[in-house]
Amino acid sequence: MSFGGLLALDQVDFQIGAGSITALIGPNGAGKTTFFNCLTGIYIPTSGTITLNQPSGPRQLHGLRPDQVTTLGLARTFQNIRLFNDLTVLENVLIGCHCRMKAGLLGALFRDRKTRAEERAMAEFSYQLLDRYGLGGAANELTKNLPYGAQRRLEIVRALATRPSLLLLDEPAAGLNIGETRELEDLIHIIRERESLSVLLIEHDMSLVMSISEQIYVMEYGRVIARGTPEVIRNDSRVIQAYLGEEA
Amino acid sequence: MTRESAHQTAGLNWKRELALSLLTALWLGLLTGPLLVCRLNPTDGSIVYRWPLLFYVAGGGFILSSVWRLLLARRNLRRRRAEVALQGPKRTWVDLLLASRRRCQGLWLVMLFLISLPFWASPYTVNILITALIYITLGLGLNIVVGVSGLLNLGYVAFYAIGAYTYALLNYYFGLGFWLCLPLGALTATILGLLLGFPVLRLKGDYLAIVTLGFGEIVRLLLTNMEVTRGPRGLANISPPGLFGLDLNALVKPRLLTWLPLDPNMDMNKVFLFFIMLALVVLTILAVFRLENSRLGRAWLALREDEIACQAMGINRVRAKLTAFALGATWAGLAGVVFASQVTFINPTSFTFMQSVMILSIVVLGGMGSIPGVIIGALVLILLPEELRAFADYRMLLFGAAMVLMMVFRPGGLIQSVRQVYLYQPAQPPDKGQS
Repeated sequence: MSFGGLLALDQVDFQIGAGSITALIGPNGAGKTTFFNCLTGIYIPTSGTITLNQPSGPRQLHGLRPDQVTTLGLARTFQNIRLFNDLTVLENVLIGCHCRMKAGLLGALFRDRKTRAEERAMAEFSYQLLDRYGLGGAANELTKNLPYGAQRRLEIVRALATRPSLLLLDEPAAGLNIGETRELEDLIHIIRERESLSVLLIEHDMSLVMSISEQIYVMEYGRVIARGTPEVIRNDSRVIQAYLGEEA
Repeated sequence: MTRESAHQTAGLNWKRELALSLLTALWLGLLTGPLLVCRLNPTDGSIVYRWPLLFYVAGGGFILSSVWRLLLARRNLRRRRAEVALQGPKRTWVDLLLASRRRCQGLWLVMLFLISLPFWASPYTVNILITALIYITLGLGLNIVVGVSGLLNLGYVAFYAIGAYTYALLNYYFGLGFWLCLPLGALTATILGLLLGFPVLRLKGDYLAIVTLGFGEIVRLLLTNMEVTRGPRGLANISPPGLFGLDLNALVKPRLLTWLPLDPNMDMNKVFLFFIMLALVVLTILAVFRLENSRLGRAWLALREDEIACQAMGINRVRAKLTAFALGATWAGLAGVVFASQVTFINPTSFTFMQSVMILSIVVLGGMGSIPGVIIGALVLILLPEELRAFADYRMLLFGAAMVLMMVFRPGGLIQSVRQVYLYQPAQPPDKGQS
C-alpha cells in the first residue's frame, strides 16, 4: 500500500488462523491502522491480495467496498469510538444487523408479515446479544449517555451483530483502566468461544497482548519485522530494538 | 443536596442582568440616536429633534435585552441544576403528552375535528389549511433527507416545482386529470431526485448544501426560460381533482347546504382537495414513521451519525443516500401536484429559494427527525403568519427573531425526536444452553 511516494505497507505477509487470537503491535506510525483499512476496504491496496477463506471457498477481498467486506464476514471496531451517539444502544446493534436483513423499501412501507417477523427476530437477536455481554439493561438508553467502558464494549457488540468470522479490534483497551482491561481480556476470550470467530487486534497494552494472543506480528515502518508466539516476540532482538532502541 | 449545590442553585442574579441590559440599551441609544433623533426639515433648514424615538428604541432594547438575558441565565441555571442532580433523560411536558396512552384518543378527536371543519368553517380557513397540510407533507419529506439522513438540501423546492409543473403541463397540453398526474408527478420528482443524488454522492455538509442550492436555482431558471412552461406567464386553469366526473359544486353542495352549517360561498372542489390532502398527510405520516423504524430508516440514521462506521456495518452508503434523496423528492412531487390543483395557476415565482428556506425552517424549528415536531413546525410557520396579518410589516422580523430564540433555547426543535423504545420480554430465558 502506498500513498503517492510514501510506502505505508511493504510486503506484509499476514496469516490469521481460523479461531485464533492474533495481535498486531508496533510503534506509532508503523502502519497498523493502514493495514486494518486495507483489510476492511477503506483503502484499496496498490498491490497484493487479501483472501478470506470461507466454508464456501476462498474469497478475494481486494477492491471490495467496506460494506461488501463486512457482509462477507469481517467486522471491525475503531480506534476512537465511532458509535451512533444519538441513537439507542439497541438501535446501534440493530444497525449492525443491517447486512443480515433483507427488508427493502416496500417491506418498510407495507410492513408485511415477513418484514415484521424479521424485525422482531432481529430485535430479539440484538437484545440477547446485548444481554449476553452485559449491556441488556441499557438497551433503550441513548448511546452517548453510556460510560466510556460500556461504549467500548458496545462497539464490540455492534461489530458482533454483523456475524463476522473475523473480528478486527483497533486498540480496544485504549483509555480503559486496569480492571476494565482485564474484563476486556475475558470478553475477547468469551467472544472467541461463543461466536466461534478469529480475532485480530491492534494494541499497545503489552500485558494484554502477551497474555491474550496466540500469535503476534510486529510491524515497523510498514514491514513485518517479527512474528511468533508471545515468548518468541518477547525475546526477539529486533522487536526490542524497535521499541527500546539500540543498546549503547 | 449538598451545601455546595444549594449554593449553586441559589437563584438568578436579577440585578446584574438588569444592569447589563440597561447598559445595552444605552449603547443602542447612543448608536442609533443621531440618526433617529435629528431630522433635517428640508423646507426651512431647521433641525427637528425627535426625542421620543430615542426613548422607544432604548426602552425596547432594554426590555428585549433583559428578557433575553434572564432567559439565558435561567437556562444556564437549569443546566447547572441538572448536572448537580444527575437526572435521567430529560422529559418535558411535550414528551409526556406524546408518550401518554391517551394520545390515540386525542388523535381521533383531532381527525374528527378536521373532517368536520370544511362544513362549518370559512372558505378562507379551508384554503389556509390546505396550504398548511401541503407544507406538512413537504416538511415530512424534507425531514427524511435532512432530519433523518443528515443531508442538508437547500434545493428541495425544485422537486415541489417539478411535481406542480408535471401536473400543470400534462393538464395544459394533454388534458390529463389529477388522479393520473398524482403518481406521475411523484415519479418524475423521484427520478430527478435520483439524478441529483448521483453527482452529490461524495459531498457532505456545506458542499452538499451549495450543490443542492444550485440545483434548485437551475430548475427555477429553466422553468422561467423554457418555452414549454410558458416562462414567467405560467400555466393557468389547472383542473381541480375530479370525483368520477361529478360536478361537486352543482350537485353535492345544495344538498349539504340544507342540513349543514356550510358556508354558501364554499368551493366544494377545495373541500374535496382538503380531504385528499388530509388523507395524503395521514399516509405520509404512516409511511415516514414506518420508514424511520425500518432497516432502511436505520441505515439513514447511521449515515447521519457516522459515515465510516455506517459502511463498516455493511450498509451500502450509495444506496442509502440515493434512496433518501429520491424518497424525499417523492413527497415534494406529491405536494406539488396538490399545490397546482389548489391554486390552479402556477408560475416560477412560487418556487423560489425562499420556499426552500421556509420548508427547511419547518423541519429545524419543529425538530429534526421528529414527526410531531415537523407537523407542529408547519402549523406554526404557516398558520401563525396568517393570524398575524395585522403585523404584516413585521412578519419577517418576528419570524427571524423567533428562529434565533428557538435555536438558542431549544436547539432540538419544538418537539425533540424521541427514539423508539423496544420492550423486550424473553419468551424463554435467554442464554439457554450456555454456561
